[in-house]
Amino acid sequence: MYKIVEKQKKSELVDLIKVEAPFVAKRCQPGQFVIIIPKADGERVPLTIVDADKESGLITLIYQVVGRSTQELALLNEGDMIQEVAGPMGQPSQLHAQKRVLGIAGGVGAAPLYPQLRELKKRGVAVDVIIGARTRELLLLEDDFRAFADQVYLVTNDGSAGKTGFVTDVLKELLAEGWEYDEVIAIGPLIMMKSVVDITKPINLKTAVSLNPIMIDGTGMCGCCRVKVDGKTKFSCVDGPDFDGFLVEFDELMQRQGFFKEEEHRCRLGG
Amino acid sequence: MVNKSKQKVAMPEQEPAVRNQNFEEVSLGYTLEMAMEEAARCLNCRHKPCVGGCPVNVPIPEFIEALAKGEVQAAYQVIAAQNRLPGITGRVCPQETQCEQLCVRGKNGEAVAIGRLERFVADYVREQNLTAKPEIIKNGIKVAVVGSGPAGITCANELAQKGYEVTLFEALHELGGVLVYGIPEFRLPKSLVKYEINKILEMGVTVHKNVIVGQSLLFEDLFGEGYQAIFIGSGAGLPRFMDIPGESLNGVYSANEFLTRVNLMKAYQRNKIGTPIKTGDKVAVVGGGNVAMDAARTAKRLGAGEVSIIYRRSEAELPARAEEIHHAREEGIIFRLLANPVRILGDDRDGKVTGLEIIHMQLAEADSSGRRRPVAIPESEEILPMDSVIIAIGQTPNPIIKRAEPELDTNRHGCIIIDEATCMTNMENIYAGGDVVTGAATVILAMGAGKKAAAEIDKKLNGQAGR
Ligand SMILES: Cc1cc2nc3c(=O)[nH]c(=O)nc-3n(C[C@H](O)[C@H](O)[C@H](O)COP(=O)(O)OP(=O)(O)OC[C@H]3O[C@@H](n4cnc5c(N)ncnc54)[C@H](O)[C@@H]3O)c2cc1C
Ligand SMILES: Cc1cc2nc3c(=O)[nH]c(=O)nc-3n(C[C@H](O)[C@H](O)[C@H](O)COP(=O)(O)OP(=O)(O)OC[C@H]3O[C@@H](n4cnc5c(N)ncnc54)[C@H](O)[C@@H]3O)c2cc1C
Ligand code: SF4
Ligand code: SF4
Ligand code: FES
Repeated sequence: MYKIVEKQKKSELVDLIKVEAPFVAKRCQPGQFVIIIPKADGERVPLTIVDADKESGLITLIYQVVGRSTQELALLNEGDMIQEVAGPMGQPSQLHAQKRVLGIAGGVGAAPLYPQLRELKKRGVAVDVIIGARTRELLLLEDDFRAFADQVYLVTNDGSAGKTGFVTDVLKELLAEGWEYDEVIAIGPLIMMKSVVDITKPINLKTAVSLNPIMIDGTGMCGCCRVKVDGKTKFSCVDGPDFDGFLVEFDELMQRQGFFKEEEHRCRLGG
Repeated sequence: MVNKSKQKVAMPEQEPAVRNQNFEEVSLGYTLEMAMEEAARCLNCRHKPCVGGCPVNVPIPEFIEALAKGEVQAAYQVIAAQNRLPGITGRVCPQETQCEQLCVRGKNGEAVAIGRLERFVADYVREQNLTAKPEIIKNGIKVAVVGSGPAGITCANELAQKGYEVTLFEALHELGGVLVYGIPEFRLPKSLVKYEINKILEMGVTVHKNVIVGQSLLFEDLFGEGYQAIFIGSGAGLPRFMDIPGESLNGVYSANEFLTRVNLMKAYQRNKIGTPIKTGDKVAVVGGGNVAMDAARTAKRLGAGEVSIIYRRSEAELPARAEEIHHAREEGIIFRLLANPVRILGDDRDGKVTGLEIIHMQLAEADSSGRRRPVAIPESEEILPMDSVIIAIGQTPNPIIKRAEPELDTNRHGCIIIDEATCMTNMENIYAGGDVVTGAATVILAMGAGKKAAAEIDKKLNGQAGR
């Protein structure tokens, strides 16, 4: 059992929690995630580790309520226990940028992006970030990014905050304005990451993406998180979740996630 | 009085047409009378050929002799001296290629039902609550055990009995390894596994679940915390895929994913909440081992109409336990032998499986290894309509630990290399055993490895006791 020691509402559907998980806090690095089970006999839910403190053994998670398990999690309050927290899982992010990085977040993708950009800033890299979502309520972590980022651009599909349109519209503008980045890190719905890569690949602008397929164990045992990267089968949970965006076979992955069938639902994830 | 019957005393079982609709155990076990009757078939051979077939040398004639007299608790003590999980091995050992294969009664009729008797003894003692808690004198030496499958729990058990302060680290949220996430309820009830594990925990073994060694902790952390030795029993959990077109379609599962969803995530108990796994009506299971049989029989129980085993060799080469093959047939599983998958077909729109293309095979001359190699019969392709495809063609060790500890020697399959004599890896005071060393093998071999490693760890460390 793992205690929730702090809980903040970030928006209607998004919460931030701090959880006691000393084994996770000890060795985790940006890009890694945990798998939690909110209640006994529940599903295993992967969530990115947004922050961790070795001393206190606390980890910070940010989640958006999308279905049954995240709803179960949202019902828990400060002082309540999460049944299981396992991790850290996955590989730490590579973080190649030296001079200036552009982060692109779609919906809840802002949560995994945040620790990576903050780490880059610590290393002295200039950080710009585009935060995109379907609508204003789903724009995440604006203040948190503003606290350290050089530029923050907001964009919503319906124009309720920032620019109207898609994150890729802003990306194109920034490139047209002549900004030079040594890496783009795009995290959000598959269709968003694919659209970003469609722009960055032709100009050979290195792009990291973070995949979030359905996962069960998160330890490389079930294979349900498999993706084709550079023609080879990789398991997102142990080989990823971050990959070189140029090498990921997005179409196959989108089909695998039932993208066409569940399009309606997925749009809620923003982007 | 020797019972001259050529046949084993029949095991009461659920009717095939009933049991393929439920997840309760298929074999119901002997009564005391049946067990004594079967025990009377043993000739108490002086040379004990049967014992030579058992990887952990269970003193078979001795326990059967006690059982024949109705002394079940004494029989249990005899078994437990060599094998602390007889309720499990009695159910899952491939007896027909081990102890029972060498039984003299098998030369003219059926072998003595050693596995069933072992199971009976364990179940009886458990149900009557006859086990005694051992006295343990703690020696204060800390040992870490990684993985709670049969190898890890046996090693932890042995060391705890010897007085070591054992801590068990398990990546998942349940203890038991394949015994809980792989082998289904209808073959190995989870309550039984829990009972055995609880017995070990009662001896004072500390458990940390949800800890992945290599990710949450490194060897240096463990040594830093005062552990004197580490035993790695992390199994062979990484599923292999076939690398044929269509493997990423929706409805293609590794057997691990399929069985994990059903067993560990308890899909089999969830019909009230809605099924988290859909098989559709027609299911193909590729492979011929225990894992394939378990997946096929599980799919049937989840409601699939037509379940086929697709295996590229013939009946004689099926690696599964004889009893599982027999049970699967009875339950209506179709065996498509000498058939090899070529590609999986799917619907372009929703990416769902629609069929499996196979090619028919024949067995060529035996090669140098003595095995007859399957070769494709040209132009014999056939498309079978399917709604899902479950791949059960084998597993290799998980790469997490090796990646985190590059110094650790492994072979080209990713198996950890140990010194057979000491069970130690190339790293000082780090031991390993079970599937992570041998590749996917059996429960009893994993247990044997855990036990042997425990003895070697004790040999190495006991000089330090009392420090
Ligand atoms: C490595 C990794 C890191 C993640 N980090 C975060 C994070 O920091 N914050 C956060 O809010 N979410 C994160 N996710 C996504 C999160 O795990 C899912 O939203 C969650 O599992 C949904 O569970 P549920 O039971 O509430 O929804 P379900 O009822 O299971 O699903 C509801 C809907 O959500 C969609 N969905 C299900 N699983 C996923 C998934 N893995 N990714 C995307 N969509 C999914 C499905 O289309 C489904 O229709 C991450 C996923 C991965 C794999
Ligand atoms: C479906 C199926 C059916 C089978 N049927 C039979 C049968 O009928 N008879 C038979 O004899 N054998 C059978 N087997 C094989 C048998 O189960 C295995 O040989 C045996 O379980 C191996 O034991 P082990 O302890 O080495 O590993 P496992 O049982 O695989 O246990 C390893 C444990 O280590 C954990 N782990 C892995 N990595 C880490 C890490 N880095 N940190 C912490 N923990 C970790 C895993 O989560 C797991 O719990 C079957 C296997 C399967 C999959
Ligand atoms: S442990 Fe397995 S091989 Fe040994 S006697 Fe028991 S059933 Fe036979
Ligand atoms: S070989 Fe068979 S008959 Fe002989 S002792 Fe062993 S079990 Fe009994
Ligand atoms: S989640 Fe099971 S292998 Fe990645």
